Amino acid sequence: MRMTGYLFTLLITVATLAPAADWRQFRGNDTSGVALNDTLPDRWSKDENLAWTAELPGRGLSSPIVVGDRVIVTAATGFRQDRLHVLCFSATDGSPLWARNFVATGRTMTFPKIGTATSTPASDGERIFALFSCNDLVCLDLDGNLLWYRGLNFDYPNLSNSLGMASSPVIVGDTLVTQVENDSESLALGIDVATGLSRWTSPRPKKANWTSPVVLTTGDSSVVLLQSSAGIDAIQPATGEVVWKYHDGASTIPSSVASDGVIYVPSHGITALRLADNSSNPETVWQVDRLGPSTASPIIYQDRLFTLNRTNVLLCSDLKDGSTKWQLRLEGPFSSTPVAAGGHLYFFNEKGMGQVVKIEEEKGELVSSNDLGEMILCTPAVANGALYVRSDQHLWKIAPTTR
Amino acid sequence: MPLRLMWFSCVISLASLISPAQAATTSELIQTIKAVGPEGAGNVAAIKAVQELSQSSSIELLPLLTAMDDASPLAANWLRGAFESIAAREVKTTGKLPAKELESFVLDTKHDAHARRLAYEWLLKVDDKLAERLIPNMLLDPGADFRRDAVQRFIDEAVALQTKEEKDAAIKTFRIALKGATDDDQVQAIAKPLKELGETVDLQKHFGFVTTWKVAGPFENHDLLGFDAVYPPELKLDLTKKYTGKDGKEIAWVDHTTEDEYGKVEVKKLVPFKGAVTYAAAEFTTAAPTAVEVRLATPNAWKLWVNGKLAFARDEYHRGHQLDQYRVPVKLAAGKNVLLLKLCENEQTEEWAQEYQFQLRISDASGAAVVPAAAD
Repeated sequence: MRMTGYLFTLLITVATLAPAADWRQFRGNDTSGVALNDTLPDRWSKDENLAWTAELPGRGLSSPIVVGDRVIVTAATGFRQDRLHVLCFSATDGSPLWARNFVATGRTMTFPKIGTATSTPASDGERIFALFSCNDLVCLDLDGNLLWYRGLNFDYPNLSNSLGMASSPVIVGDTLVTQVENDSESLALGIDVATGLSRWTSPRPKKANWTSPVVLTTGDSSVVLLQSSAGIDAIQPATGEVVWKYHDGASTIPSSVASDGVIYVPSHGITALRLADNSSNPETVWQVDRLGPSTASPIIYQDRLFTLNRTNVLLCSDLKDGSTKWQLRLEGPFSSTPVAAGGHLYFFNEKGMGQVVKIEEEKGELVSSNDLGEMILCTPAVANGALYVRSDQHLWKIAPTTR
Repeated sequence: MPLRLMWFSCVISLASLISPAQAATTSELIQTIKAVGPEGAGNVAAIKAVQELSQSSSIELLPLLTAMDDASPLAANWLRGAFESIAAREVKTTGKLPAKELESFVLDTKHDAHARRLAYEWLLKVDDKLAERLIPNMLLDPGADFRRDAVQRFIDEAVALQTKEEKDAAIKTFRIALKGATDDDQVQAIAKPLKELGETVDLQKHFGFVTTWKVAGPFENHDLLGFDAVYPPELKLDLTKKYTGKDGKEIAWVDHTTEDEYGKVEVKKLVPFKGAVTYAAAEFTTAAPTAVEVRLATPNAWKLWVNGKLAFARDEYHRGHQLDQYRVPVKLAAGKNVLLLKLCENEQTEEWAQEYQFQLRISDASGAAVVPAAAD
């Protein structure tokens, strides 16, 4: 009886503590791109490990996000890509749960390849925040009911980029932080998640910028790294106050990544910055030019830094000094950033080829190439043992399928 | 007696719980939403209003649509949110919508085009014959999406006739399609086969490009300072005047008419300078005051004045260009209107940063060309 009671309590405790592993924003909840507790299939085809395929009404390169049993993705339709869609599917079986669409209030011109549904949505677990290239920002509840709407280009008439904008917002506490930087009216904003009101608005360098903010958490506090052509500004998310800065320039496409108090910035190749504390400007630990990533953001996994350069070579480097441990040529071209799970890195090239690389100490091994047959520009999402990836036409769940 | 009193008290208490205060009417909730403004102004009240409206019954669908007629684009999206929540719930639970009322709304072209399209798209979910019934008569609809659907039907019909080698019928049908086409992809899908059939399409006229200009340049734009610099044409437009421009060069206004079928003015050929500012002036005559869109495409920074008033300015260089890149709503006066465009080229040396050009057309909100009135 005593043992039964003990086991019962243990089961209840485990059930209560074991949350669904959401993937709530670009590169996951901590913006690292790493799914620590997931193991994914290392190969898939229409006959194997393709749990479901859902049709999408329009184009996009935004990543899906996963909140509980909901997979949320954005898309855009119309000749001018001015119809903005937020779509929700069941993670279990891919059935559509709800769909909402709005009319762009901002400029929808983009580089023809990308369309308007570029930024990955974000969620705080209760609300969904969907940002589009036209800088329309929609807030919905998890059942698709509108909570609030902001038109940032409507507010700031020159807040746009004729090539399109793609920075994905992040949420820290009650603040949504978004970079809407361009050559003209260039800003970052901290927006109250409950009301859509701006907590703060900061002018930013007047240069087109497609990087996304990175959340850096130390203990109980978090700062948000805003990367631009100037470098990095670390800000308090609730106030926008700049806490420290690195202003030796940085890339405007791949975003930074951080681990154990060191930030790896796409700057002069890769520059590793160590923070002394959260208020002083960081010191440069090392700088290695040959690690410069192309479009894909770098990723840190199993204490190694991984970058993908413009010739589609994956470089595995030592975090301490940036020295290359091994390299592996993949088949490109790539627009998306890889994700990591279960000892593997998952890459999707623009042709729709998913390449799985097994990470080992002395080498990386390409274990499979899996063709989905459609152009893929999005960075995948990982949740509960499944990989979610989308094209302009479809959303796929890649997960073990039983026979 | 005490029991009766107790019962009476309960009824009164229950009544006051049910309606503790006057509930906001649909009209009031809609007005609250329509009051949203820039930078989240009005959001707090609108959040409550939209949540309440979203829980309403389908009886509120038509008022929400009608409210979009004079709502700002921002407020219209709030109203859409409420509309879609109600419509989705109605379709899910009953499989129906108030079809007759919604269809009447769709057919009434006085209503906002986006609102009509919203109603139409929801009706499609419950009436798969709707498109066949409505779209063929929408070739000249003020709603751009309806026009596209109608144009596509005529294009498909014309292509089928062309395939069957029924040349005259194909030409006639392509010409009908062209009347409604305002987007370049569809215009090309018509112009190309018409050309194959021996016909020509005057794209300049079809799109409403302004093709005759007076051009003056170069003024200085070293270090991009020319964008904000106020050169004489901005102070007083005198097309007989001469100026001293970049590097002390004497500048006079020169006539230029573009022959490009898309109205492209290659400024680089007229003013072959990097780090330069060029002004282009044109007249556009209308019979009556007219709300139009000035649709501009350029890879260069620019400012646009209409009748001496600054309409818009944009300091972006070499981030691409495509037809209708910028849409500037302006109100043209009756008679002669003066357009002044300031076009700035920077000093980038990359191969992809060498274009210095623009194309400008005048259209209505749906993209159809506004035809200039004959000048006196």
